[in-house]
Amino acid sequence: MDQNPTNRRHFLKGALVGSAAAVGGVLPNTGNAESKSTLTTETSNVNRGYVFFNLEEQSFIEAVVNHMIPADALTPKGTDIGVNIYIDRALDSGWGKGERLYNVGPWKKGLPTQGYQLALTPAELYRTCITKSNLACIDRYNKGFDQLTGDQRQEFLLALSTGKVEFVGGPSSKTFFDMLYQNVMEGMFSDPIYGGNQNKAGWKLIGFPGAISLHAQDVETYLDKKYTAPIFGIADLS
Amino acid sequence: MVTKLKETDVVIVGMGWTGGILSKELSEAGLSVVALERGDMRTAQNDYALPNIRDELRYVIRQELMQNASKDTLTARNNPSQEALPIRRLGSFLPGEGVGGSAIHWSGGTWRWTDMEFKIRSMYEERYGKKFIPADMTIQDWGITYAELEPYYDKFEAIAGVSGKAGNIKGVVQKGGNPFEGYREREYPLPPLKNILSSKLFSGAASDLGYHPFPRPAANASKAYTNPDGSHFGACQYCGYCQRFGCEANAKGGPQITVIPIAMSKPNFELRTQSWVTKVLRDKTGKKATGVLYTNLITGEEYEQPASIVLLCAFAFNNVHLMLLSGIGKPYDPVSGKGIIGKNYAYDTGVGSTLFFEGKNFNPFISAGGTNIVIDDFYGNWDFDRSGPGFVGGYIVSAGHNTALPIGYRPTPSGTPRWGSEWKAATAKWYQTAMAITTRSGVLPHRNNYYSLDGTYKNAFGQPLMQLTFDYQENELKMAKHGAEVVNRISQHLNPTKLAKASAEKRSWNVVPYQSTHSTGGTIMGTSPSNSAVNKYQQSWDCHNLFILGANVFPHNSAYQPTGLVGALAYWTADAIKNQYIKKPGLLA
Repeated sequence: MDQNPTNRRHFLKGALVGSAAAVGGVLPNTGNAESKSTLTTETSNVNRGYVFFNLEEQSFIEAVVNHMIPADALTPKGTDIGVNIYIDRALDSGWGKGERLYNVGPWKKGLPTQGYQLALTPAELYRTCITKSNLACIDRYNKGFDQLTGDQRQEFLLALSTGKVEFVGGPSSKTFFDMLYQNVMEGMFSDPIYGGNQNKAGWKLIGFPGAISLHAQDVETYLDKKYTAPIFGIADLS
Repeated sequence: MVTKLKETDVVIVGMGWTGGILSKELSEAGLSVVALERGDMRTAQNDYALPNIRDELRYVIRQELMQNASKDTLTARNNPSQEALPIRRLGSFLPGEGVGGSAIHWSGGTWRWTDMEFKIRSMYEERYGKKFIPADMTIQDWGITYAELEPYYDKFEAIAGVSGKAGNIKGVVQKGGNPFEGYREREYPLPPLKNILSSKLFSGAASDLGYHPFPRPAANASKAYTNPDGSHFGACQYCGYCQRFGCEANAKGGPQITVIPIAMSKPNFELRTQSWVTKVLRDKTGKKATGVLYTNLITGEEYEQPASIVLLCAFAFNNVHLMLLSGIGKPYDPVSGKGIIGKNYAYDTGVGSTLFFEGKNFNPFISAGGTNIVIDDFYGNWDFDRSGPGFVGGYIVSAGHNTALPIGYRPTPSGTPRWGSEWKAATAKWYQTAMAITTRSGVLPHRNNYYSLDGTYKNAFGQPLMQLTFDYQENELKMAKHGAEVVNRISQHLNPTKLAKASAEKRSWNVVPYQSTHSTGGTIMGTSPSNSAVNKYQQSWDCHNLFILGANVFPHNSAYQPTGLVGALAYWTADAIKNQYIKKPGLLA
């Protein structure tokens, strides 16, 4: 075991956590401060701040959501629409803790057609795999994910998405990416009461009207016409 | 310590469409009825209310209305040489849980299966010869006829508030309906739903190419409606939250707004929720069911509910599971081909294209469960010659949006990146401007597609999980190839800006993505105990006072959705019990 490369990884992990703590202690807060300033124009349903992610995880998740959802003419960046907060809350929810998941052994690898077969809840998968992702980044780039350049982030996320990143001791990096990607999309397009999609940025992007109840007359009114009525979320109607 | 309760005339396991129908019919006939439902009591006014029902994350992604896999799931594998592993999170199929069952979250598709299904083997053998049917395709005649069921289809459609356009009234073909449907005594209870842009486009193209488009029959009330029992429906609001959701408008037909409240108004009916049935009990001869064993999920206490008649009305595979757990009938063995319980699992499959039209506004979120136009030229049309493509069965083709909830629905052309500014721009551009054309085929049964009990994994009650061995076979691939050609022909006729063509590939069933909840077979219907678990009255050959209702009695699956037949058979069985069985208990002829 002493010869095992994990020793090096443990060391690097320690170094990384240190750096994340040092840098991340400032970065996430800065991000939040920015978020607040852009959110004051419309009602936010969400308390900022994390309930699940630790400092290393906060830096990682913020870097991921801001890379996947950059600020541009179409939407604010991922942290400004709360995608990081959505994921944090989801992992702290019943879903994150394994609700509705048959989490009984024995656990075997299985075939791709047999779906998720890990013994980890979603929260445990994130906890394990964010660290492993950062270790893989250090192997490749000598830096944790949040310190990578945009091109490096892109390269790394593409490699994760195809399972080309090897996590030492498992699990498949694609399994982690698939959940992460799905959660980013949920954070962008779910109802704002869950913490993401703030100011309905995701819904505005595509013109989805939200929680609207009555469309029977709209079938004719908007037949091949742009739908222009206001967008409502659950909170607006509660 | 099991507490033995007072005997009832009838005990019903599960409270969806079939349990609801039998509860109403048999309690109205004066029998004492106890219904046991493993899930919760839910009502439209409390649980499917605005604004909270408009929540894609809660109902679609987190599956709030579905069976809870942490307590009970299935193990799965593609063939007997693989090791079956648990479906740890439901995906491919989503059985509902709670009062109303899967009828809470269905889309309302309601079809009439015809003699083409009930006489499948004899009709194919007669027309194409015995060798046309592959040796491992275990199709069989059902022993029931369309003529017997027609009044019961009619009854179910009226109760469920089905909107549609008749295509054949008393043998006379009707313009605008499905010319290939079984003859009907009268029009649908309600006119068809409105056409949305995507269904209009498809309808026009299909007509141009000589096909016969018609509106999908669906239990989505196209206007306010009162059914023959006096149950009130609101008009469908085209809200775009149909499948996976309860309906706050009471516009989607379901037992919770029709038969169940009527049963609950009877003093001789009792519904016990959070009551999980673990076994069907029998007497010493094994030929008679004596009741069921269940656990009260609130207290954990076990009860025996004795009954003169036992009705299994749970979701299709949960009925089969209960049969296997109770040891009734001989489990199916794929090696010898002997045994019945678990045999002939079948499912759905299909292919599809996506059409992108720059400049169009589909407003795909303005849609209902049934806002589709369909062609039946390659399924119900018996004149369609299968000898060239060489498959049994066929497919329907349809288009029209049913939902466009954005966590799950964001079509983009191939080559679009999965994130970043370019992804956002493409997502924004195509969300409003895409439509799909899809086929739907029933999977035909195969020797190696079956249910059994798992040897390793257990449910929350310490009972073996159901094991499902299933994969697509050559027949499905042949249907997919033929279907893809037709889909692409129609798609190209519409001349979209971009087209992601339909394609047929050999692939194995995967438990992860949602495909269909239409699981059929396992306790199949037939003409004798040697080929089936139940007779045409859904009555067990082994125990004449045990009836097993639902799509689990279908010996094969169809391109048509199953619920119309499930509902018709429920009324047919209710009549058989009321008019024949209780007068003279025994095997019905």
